[in-house]
This record gives sequence, structure tokens and C-alpha cells, in this order.
Amino acid sequence: MNRNSVFLILIVLLLGLSLWVVLPPDGERLGKKGFQFGLDLQGGTHLVYQADLSKKDATMTDGQVMDSLVRKIEQRVNAYGTGDLQIAKQGDDKIVVDIPGVRDIDEAISLIGNVAILEVYEAIEKGEYVYNADGSYAYHPASGTLSDGSTTDTLTGKYLKSASVGLDSTTNKAVVQFTWNDEGAILFEQITTRNLNKYIAIYLDGVIISEAVVNSVISDVGMISGMEAKDCQNLAIQLNIGALDVPLEIIQRADVDATLGSDSLNKSLIAGIIGIIIVAAFMIYYYGVSGTIVAVSLAIYCSIVLAIYKLLPVTLTLPSIAGFVISVGMAVDANILIFERLKEELLAGRNLRYAIDEAFRRAWPSIRDSNIATFITCGILYWFGSSFGAFMVKGFAITLFIGVAVSMFSAILITRSFIKLLIGEGIIKGLSFREVKKNA
Amino acid sequence: MLDFVGKRYWFFLFSALLSLVCIVSLVLFGLKPGIDFRSGSSMTLSFEPPVSENDLRSVLAESGYGNAVVRHTSDDDYIIRMDELNADQNRNLLENINTKLATTTTQKDFSSSSEVVASNTVKYAAIAIVVASLCILLYISFTFRKMPKPFSWGICAIIALVFNVLVVAGIFSLLGKFADVEVDALFITGMLTVVGYSVHDTIVVFDRIRENLSHSSGSFENVVNSSIIQTIIRSLNTSLTILFVLVALFLLGGPTIRNFVLVLIIGCIAGTYSSICNASQFLIVVENKEYSRLNPFRKRNQGSLSEF
Repeated sequence: MNRNSVFLILIVLLLGLSLWVVLPPDGERLGKKGFQFGLDLQGGTHLVYQADLSKKDATMTDGQVMDSLVRKIEQRVNAYGTGDLQIAKQGDDKIVVDIPGVRDIDEAISLIGNVAILEVYEAIEKGEYVYNADGSYAYHPASGTLSDGSTTDTLTGKYLKSASVGLDSTTNKAVVQFTWNDEGAILFEQITTRNLNKYIAIYLDGVIISEAVVNSVISDVGMISGMEAKDCQNLAIQLNIGALDVPLEIIQRADVDATLGSDSLNKSLIAGIIGIIIVAAFMIYYYGVSGTIVAVSLAIYCSIVLAIYKLLPVTLTLPSIAGFVISVGMAVDANILIFERLKEELLAGRNLRYAIDEAFRRAWPSIRDSNIATFITCGILYWFGSSFGAFMVKGFAITLFIGVAVSMFSAILITRSFIKLLIGEGIIKGLSFREVKKNA
Repeated sequence: MLDFVGKRYWFFLFSALLSLVCIVSLVLFGLKPGIDFRSGSSMTLSFEPPVSENDLRSVLAESGYGNAVVRHTSDDDYIIRMDELNADQNRNLLENINTKLATTTTQKDFSSSSEVVASNTVKYAAIAIVVASLCILLYISFTFRKMPKPFSWGICAIIALVFNVLVVAGIFSLLGKFADVEVDALFITGMLTVVGYSVHDTIVVFDRIRENLSHSSGSFENVVNSSIIQTIIRSLNTSLTILFVLVALFLLGGPTIRNFVLVLIIGCIAGTYSSICNASQFLIVVENKEYSRLNPFRKRNQGSLSEF
């Protein structure tokens, strides 16, 4: 068996492997699920939060605060059960959250972004109510003495042991029930003792959410009523995980409707397929037999690239589909370079086999040098995309890079092996370039 | 044999005029900043049953968004651009529209960005383009390091590249003025791709010049001319194949990436023109030190039009 046949067998194996990976598109292969699609193709929301690090605890570094924020957001989201969200730090003080699919975005936004500092407020001073100018109770943070008998502290969410959603037996409405830890229970007992038969309030992030009369001295448990059921669920999650270390602000948001997403996916896929078919037809028309070889290696090229997308996995976005399609153009370019070179060698009267070797050898520096320029831009695009969280830009850079890298391999190894094999085995006599025939 | 290099000053004249038009348009009209480059919100809404543009405007005004810009698209959707909305304001606005116009609104997309993001995008976009150009200058100088003046090869590639970027930006500035086309982060992505592609194309011609120089005794001009001729079919065919796929994407790929693909189409055409008519030709100017001829105000008796 000669070298060309070995190559051919390897290529066929590679093609088979790639096709097995790619098909069906949503099938699981080698532990990887189906193709991953970005928010612009499956619909969803992209959020960029800015953390206000000026409000951080001085004992923590910026990095610790950011890590803690990311962890807490993840926990909140996991507890909520939405799944497959992507959360990542961006730069020094930003967090990117990508929520795929359709769901109540506003609810998700408040679940993720609310700081959730719970505080118990009272409205008495020295046993008597104090009032604001408008006659309402002047609520202020309630404090007490801790178990060591000397430290005074206000009662906040940091003294919570757990929280859960329950049902108020009288109103039949959802409530948040919570349990204080040992120190919290000591504080709460002091507060409810001095506020017996008086109003106390629960504040969340500085806003009153519940107000009730203390009917008896309570120590370890409490209840927040008067909220909607879904808000109760969010609050219970937030209280269990703990307040965010610093406030967050949404500085960028992009929503894409799922219908628009799937519409874009279908349109761009059809456009891409038509584009590639036209390219193949052009190659066959212009370069004859060798153009047909290119069309075949192009098909192999596409299946290899798609298999890589599925295995890495690469998150496919609209621009990344464009990146793939452009890389097909680049892959063809390598072949065109070689064929134009081959024509010249043949016109110069070299024999076919020698001309083939010479064409590949001489076209290689151009292919290599020009593609390195594309690699450089891909690197810069990747940096650009990740420095401001543009998932679309990053996707484009990655697919273009993979596409161009595989195109070099495909042009040099696959196309050459095919041509040498077909010529070597005498299956085709020549490459039937028109200009060469004319001159012959 | 076709004489390309002999006509180089005609090419330069054309390139200079085109650049001038683009610069004038950029100075006069600038680029229309999209959502990534200025703070604010933008959304695409579709209504069932449909609503009239005037009704929509009046509801927006009633809701306190009188300065919102409303545009009716060909798909019977509305694109609305306004000051930055937060989640609550967005929800309230949609509810307002639904009640007042007795319709069901689908928010096909919504994007919003604050001042911080907008200024960061501008900053990073500028850095990305400058760094890309520098890297390419260094890379080409390195690749052609065995040539007598490696740096001038890099400079010529950069001149071609600046021309390409200028043409794309200029055309988008005209489109922004007359067709409301905005530039966004994808526009910058397209620009950087154009940078990469224009260099890709230029290097193929440069490589050929380098190869021919190594075994040719002719004048530099002749070597460049024959190199252009040897590579021109390849340049045109490659551009054609890339244009095939791009035009397919432009026509059929949906509205989200239409402007992005348009950047690539213009860049691809400009890049091919530039690699043949600018980059390699400038190499001759640098090699022969013909700088004085580039000065349009030079005295006639030193060089006449017939030399063109």
C-alpha cells in the first residue's frame, strides 16, 4: 500500500469520525451535548452588572468581593432552579450574566441584582413611639446586646440561620418564615420584649417590606407577610444565601426574543448553505476536475470544523456563523492559490507530477503568511470581545480562528492527497485547466 | 502584458479622491452611534393587532418619552430608541402601550447601555484598531525581514489597510446620514476583520514580489507588475468566492447581521482593489523614492502629466 492510499484511508476515517460527531446536531457525542447556541440564536437576556466596590468591607480585597459576588449570584440562580446560566467576571468590577431562553426576565433581574440586606426596625424610643413630621412612625434600626453581655449590634440578615416560604394559616397567603441563629435569637428576644404590643418593621435594602404588631415575646423565629408568592420565593433564596457584598447596577442589557433567535438561526443557516453551494459550483465551473476535488475537500472541511465546534464546544452566535462562512472562503483561497500556481507550472511545461509538488511547495509561504495575519486579528478581536463582554464578537473571533487553522490543514493535506491519489492511480489523466488546454 | 504599475498614479488619484469623499463625509456627518456607543435603550416591538405610528408616538409621549425616536421597519415592526430604561420602566411602558392601544406587544429585542459601557466601547474599539495595525506592521516587517527595507513593506500594507478602513467608515457615515444605519460593536468587529482580510490579500501579492525578486534581474517596477499579473486571477477569484457567501448572508441572513455583513462586503471589495492598486504600487514609490511626485502642488516642469 502506498503513501497516498494511507492518507486517503486516514481522511475517510477523519470524515467518518467528524460526521459521527456532528450528526444528529442535538445528539450527545464524546460527553458533549448538541451544538451550543448563543443568546442571539436561542433567545435570552445578556446583563452586565457593575459592582460598586467603594462600598466594600475594608478587610476584603476587590478580588475577594468579586469572587464572593459571583458565587452568591450562582447560588441564587441555582436555588431558583433556572439552570444553564453563564456568570463570569469581566474586568475588575463587572459581572456578566447570560440567561438563555424565555422566562420572566424582570423577576430574574431582581433575584440576581438585589443586595438583600434584611434589617429589623422599631419605632419606639424609651418605650414611646416616635413620629416623623407627617405623623408616620419614625422607624430606625433596632439593636440589642449580644451573648457576651457587652457588644451592642443591630439585628440584620447576618444573624439569620435559614429562611423558607410558608403559608399563613389565617390569610392563606405566602409568607417568608425565618429562623434566627443563637445570637440573633438573643437580639430578637430583647427587641420583641420592649416592643410588645407595638409595631415593628422589616426592611429589605432600606425599603419597608413588612410591618406587624408584636403579640408576644419571640426569640428564634419570625415571619414576613404581605408579599406576592414569587417575591417570597426570591427573598427566601436571597436570605439563605446572604446579602451581596456590595450593590450592583445594570450597566448593559440585551434581550432577544426566542422567536427572533430561531428565525435568525434558520435564515443564517440557509444563507450559509446556499453561499457554500455557490462557492462549490463556482470552483467546479472554473477549475473543472480539480475544482470538483476542492468541492469534495470543502465538504470534508466543513464537517471537521463543525465537529470541532461541537466538541470544544464553541458557542455559536450569528456573527460566528458569518465567521464560519468567511473561513470557508479563506479555505477556498488556499486552494485557488495552489491551482493558480499549478496552472503556471503546467504552462511553463513542467510534467504534471512535478508541477503538483512544486505548486504546493511554492503556494505554502503565501498561505502561511497571509493566514498568520488573520490569526493576529482573531487574537485582537477575542481580546476586544472579552474586554467588554460582547459574546457576539468573541464567538466570531473563535470560529474564524478555528476555520482558518483547519483550512490550512485541509488545503495542504486533503486536497493534495486527493489530487496525487487520483493522478497516481491513473483515475484522471490531467487537471483540465482551460488555459492549459488552450495552450497545449 | 498589462501594465498596472505604469498607471499607478491614476490609481493613487482615484484612491485619493475616494478617501477625500470618505473623509469629508466623516467630518461632516460622522458615524451614527448605535446602542454600544452611546447610553440609552433600544427595542424592536411588534404588535398584534398592528398599531399606527402616530398612536405609538403619542403613547410614548404620554409615558414621558417624548424624545424617543420611532422607526417603522419593512417587517412591520417598530424600532424605538430612547434614553436608558431600567427593568421597571421597560415593563411599565409595555403595559401602557398594551392598555392604551388595545394590542399585544411582543418585545423582539431590547438593549440598554449606560454611559460607562458606551465610553468603554469607544476606548476598546480605538485600542483594538490601533493595536491591530501595529501588530500587522511589525508582523509584515518581520516576515519581509530579508528584504532590503522590511519596514517599508509594512508601511505600504498599513497604507492599504488605512484606505480600506477609511472607505468602509466613509460609506457607513453616508449610510448613517441618508439611511439611518448605525454603527455598533459588530461594526468594529467587521472593521477588524477587514483589517485582517486586507492584509491577507496584500501579503499574497507581496509574497509573490519577494519570490520574483529572488530570481529576476528586471527593474523593480517590472517585477511588481508581473507579480500583480500572476496573482490577479487568484485575488479576483478569492474575492468572488468570499463575496458569494457574504452576499448570500446579506440577502438571506436576517436583519441582525445585515450591517455587519455589509461592512465585510465593502471591506472585501476595497481590500482586493487596494492590494492590487495601492499596496504594491506604493512599494514602488518607496523603492524609487518618488515622493515628490505624490505632491500635487509640485512644479509642472519637474514632472508632467504625460508621465502619469
